[in-house]
Amino acid sequence: MTVVNALVQGILLGGLFALFACGLSLMFGVMDVINLAHGDVAVAAVYLAVVLIPASHIPAIWIFVLVVPVFMVGGYILQRLLIQQSLDSGAITTLLVTFGLSVVLENGLLEAFTANSQSLNIGSLVSGSFQISNQIYIPYLSLIILGAALVALTALEIFLARSRTGRMVRALADDRETAQLMGANYRHLFGVAAGLAFGTVALAGLALGMYTSVSPTTGPSYLLYGFAAVVIGGLGSLWGTLAGGMVLGVASTLGALVDPDFGSMLPYLVFLAVLAFRPRGLFPKKAAL
Amino acid sequence: MTTGTLTAGSATAGAGGRVPVITRSRRPATWEATVGVAGVVVLVLMPFLTSQGFNNDLVNLFILVAVATMWNALAGYAGLVSVGQQMYIGVGAYGVLVGAQHGLEPFATVPVAIAVGAVLALPCSWLVFRLSGAYFAIATWVLAEVAVLFVERFSSLGGGTGAPVPGLDGIGPSALLNYTYWLALGTAVLSVAAVYLLLRSRLGLVLTAVRDNEIGARSLGARVGAAKRAVYVLAAAGCAAAGAVIAISQLDVEPGNVFNVQWTAYMIFAVLIGGLGTIEGPVIGSVVFIVLQQSLAQYNAWYLIILGGVAMAMAIWARRGLWGLFAAKVPVSFFPVGYYVHMDDGTSARRKPTRFWPWTVRAPAK
Repeated sequence: MTVVNALVQGILLGGLFALFACGLSLMFGVMDVINLAHGDVAVAAVYLAVVLIPASHIPAIWIFVLVVPVFMVGGYILQRLLIQQSLDSGAITTLLVTFGLSVVLENGLLEAFTANSQSLNIGSLVSGSFQISNQIYIPYLSLIILGAALVALTALEIFLARSRTGRMVRALADDRETAQLMGANYRHLFGVAAGLAFGTVALAGLALGMYTSVSPTTGPSYLLYGFAAVVIGGLGSLWGTLAGGMVLGVASTLGALVDPDFGSMLPYLVFLAVLAFRPRGLFPKKAAL
Repeated sequence: MTTGTLTAGSATAGAGGRVPVITRSRRPATWEATVGVAGVVVLVLMPFLTSQGFNNDLVNLFILVAVATMWNALAGYAGLVSVGQQMYIGVGAYGVLVGAQHGLEPFATVPVAIAVGAVLALPCSWLVFRLSGAYFAIATWVLAEVAVLFVERFSSLGGGTGAPVPGLDGIGPSALLNYTYWLALGTAVLSVAAVYLLLRSRLGLVLTAVRDNEIGARSLGARVGAAKRAVYVLAAAGCAAAGAVIAISQLDVEPGNVFNVQWTAYMIFAVLIGGLGTIEGPVIGSVVFIVLQQSLAQYNAWYLIILGGVAMAMAIWARRGLWGLFAAKVPVSFFPVGYYVHMDDGTSARRKPTRFWPWTVRAPAK
């Protein structure tokens, strides 16, 4: 029964990992950029919420209404000012620049907010749950996070499939030169993609801040989980990413049954095993994004 | 011993007794060689000249020079952006700890730690070399995370809190400081020398070609994969050596410290500021890094924020870093790895290259 419970909790946790992963997947799919500061951006969103909640009197669970737009605009600006510049000067430059950004963000947060961990206070919701059998409890919060992941993935999917801008973003991902010849302004569209990615990762950060406490140094491990979810799910498939997140979540909760440290190790081992034996992921999709 | 099989086809005497000569630099590097050797000699004698506090800063500098040089060999020449070199630093540190726990003299465990790092790099390279670019970077980072979680499971190694290195208290405190200093200096000098000699070898020619254009190098039949693997193993050995020095200089090994991704941040910043893809760059960058770290010591992490900002700007706008900006103005090269063809007619003494190895390579005159 504990194993079944671990499976259920792992699948729910997968929602959080998928929320982290979809922004990474979007940026990598569209502009071939892995944002190594992804996890730190999520942590920055938590700290922005910590500042904004007392100032705005908005309940923590609704603070995303303020934080997510800020990060979307921030993502667009950062893309236009910094990431685009590094894209123009070679493939490895984006890795170096986003890694530098990660260290700068992490230490900036450390200077501004100390190393103490913070969490978003959502009152009784944090421990609320309902029971489906005598050993399996479903926490409301996990369900909300999984729901948020589903909404975010569906919204991204619809945006990319149906809207004019989304179709142009997809065209850029397929063939940049040709899309440019058809009149796509790739700098602006890359900015839009980065804005969306930063919005989703801010959402992921807020979810994380409600789920557990975060400190300025929390970011990188969630970058790795997010990337692992993208790779396990198979690049270019948003629903594969959700499945990848769930595989990771289950690995994490099953590992934690053995002992807590193994719970953080098993997802990495699964990731490495997938890299070694199924580098195209468990659920590969032929077409790009 | 002229590395790189150079048998310039035009080595026969041309018209008027003019002999083409191939050298490593445009002009003799005698001055640079003298300055370099003198600098190392002064550094060796440093423990007799200055205070212990200053020498501790120098130990940190030497550690950074060693790891930055190794990271530069990976990223600057082999095109491998690793974010997981802290794994080998940790392995080196734990190599010293395990060796010392089994009764070995701590300083005697250093070669063992280096060997362990190099041997471990082989199976790891099999895994991470299946990937490239961002995948490679993240995979190396994940490997490092797995390594620290694995090491923390051993309670004999102190679990998550680490353990002191036994056997160091048998050495007197000032002697220990001096031995640590020389060990660190030796590690830095050997790291730079190893990368320099590697780049002068046949493999170095492949690596320089990879740096400039990997697809072009492959299409000319260069064995790119083998060259990259050699660099990866060398970098692992160098970082393990640095880790061993860290363990001995800090007297204990703490997993959260030696396996910290901050080490990789340090190397990346030092290399980017000094100059990616140059041998002098990581050394210059390390000096800048340590000077800024020491002078901003009372402002906590601000030095990292500043260095990170400068490193990002350098990565975008000045890829060859401070050394590149300097060398573009002043024709100085401490580590000549290029090839230049001169027409030596035996009359111009000034342009005649010295025959002093390793600064020049002379084509065999028939």
